[in-house]
Amino acid sequence: MIALIDYGSGNVASVANVLTALKQEFIITKSEGEIIRSDKVIFPGVGEASFAVRQLHLTNLFTVLRICRKPMLGICLGMQLMAECSKEGNIKCLGIFPGTAEKFNNENTKVPHMGWNDINIKKESKIFNGINNGEKFYFAHSYYLPVNEFTTSVCNNFIDFAASMEKENFYGVQFHPEKSGQAGVKIIKNFIELC
Amino acid sequence: MLCKRIIPCLDVKDGRVVKGTNFVNLIDAGSPAELAERYSDEGADELVFLDITASVEKRKTLLTLVKDVAKAVRIPFTVGGGISELSDIEALLKSGADKVSLNTSIVKNPELISQASKRFGSQAIVAALDTKLKDNGHKIFIKGGREETELNALDWCKRVTDLGAGEILLTSMDRDGTKAGYEIDFLKEVASAVTVPVIASGGAGNMEHFLEAFQKANVDACLAASLFHFNIIKIKELKEFLNSAGIRVRL
Repeated sequence: MIALIDYGSGNVASVANVLTALKQEFIITKSEGEIIRSDKVIFPGVGEASFAVRQLHLTNLFTVLRICRKPMLGICLGMQLMAECSKEGNIKCLGIFPGTAEKFNNENTKVPHMGWNDINIKKESKIFNGINNGEKFYFAHSYYLPVNEFTTSVCNNFIDFAASMEKENFYGVQFHPEKSGQAGVKIIKNFIELC
Repeated sequence: MLCKRIIPCLDVKDGRVVKGTNFVNLIDAGSPAELAERYSDEGADELVFLDITASVEKRKTLLTLVKDVAKAVRIPFTVGGGISELSDIEALLKSGADKVSLNTSIVKNPELISQASKRFGSQAIVAALDTKLKDNGHKIFIKGGREETELNALDWCKRVTDLGAGEILLTSMDRDGTKAGYEIDFLKEVASAVTVPVIASGGAGNMEHFLEAFQKANVDACLAASLFHFNIIKIKELKEFLNSAGIRVRL
């Protein structure tokens, strides 16, 4: 059973559509108990970081996500919330990955970074099984995580930033796999089947 | 590097896609989900649905449309047309839309942009602007182009991005339906004045027009409706043409 977390700040419907199409058993939940009973966790995120973190506290999910030992996939803002901090609302996040989410500089590039961009895979990861290096995915974000030792792929928008992260049981993607055509569906399938 | 985007626009009335010229002689063109799937298969990067329904059932049919389209395709899409409440935006995004486009409502209530972008993120809020060249510069029109406002279009572009809009969908009413090409000079002016992505709309008639908008006006995306609906240009061929002309696109 996959727990798809609905804490009031994620595009849950689109991820749910992919899981349904993949014939997966899943539950849309904000219950700590249901997350604990699940086998895998998908943590989507759309919107503003400090609002989302407040929602995590209000739904009492902050701690359970931090100490989660099962495979967990953060998507977009979900991945950023897995870092230490975000400059979007200057908020302390889950602290799973080191680093702080920074804002793109609009003197150098258009912000938000919006559209299809290619990723450069830097480290082997199960979620990239069968994915070609240079594959394009859909991005829509104004903040990014800088590249660090847990970055598995990078994308470029004037500067290089983390397109995906991985540490132990924690996986994160900055792009939207649920909106990135068949390559995106493959990433979600890999997470379900291989991680 | 980020790809330039090709976006088909679909007009929707009472839950069905309609085709026509200038909102008259509308003919039923099929279900939104089926057409979305067709465009997605042909290589569209995104879709825009513009609801022109006037009935009180509008909200319900638009939500149904969003749910059906989100089930059918794995590419991002925007919905617009008469959206004026934060709660409507929330319901549409929750149902699977990626962005909402706001037009008349933000002229009446500019604060809606800042409220919506704070709550849902700038990336979800598209400011749609209908413009027409008048004696004293480009002006903003609302209510589907029927009502002229006092707003200078370039000033309004800057204002909506300051308030938090994450993208500008700029439609030239002078060019719309003419197939004479996008309004390059004004698009260029806007694209260099704002720091958010700009979508060109109105006037595309052939593949060179798209190339011109990307090369000369440096827009981030090009939108077209009838060209794609009536199969005058195939998206796949358009993207191959742009690619061979040196424009980065997703093939």
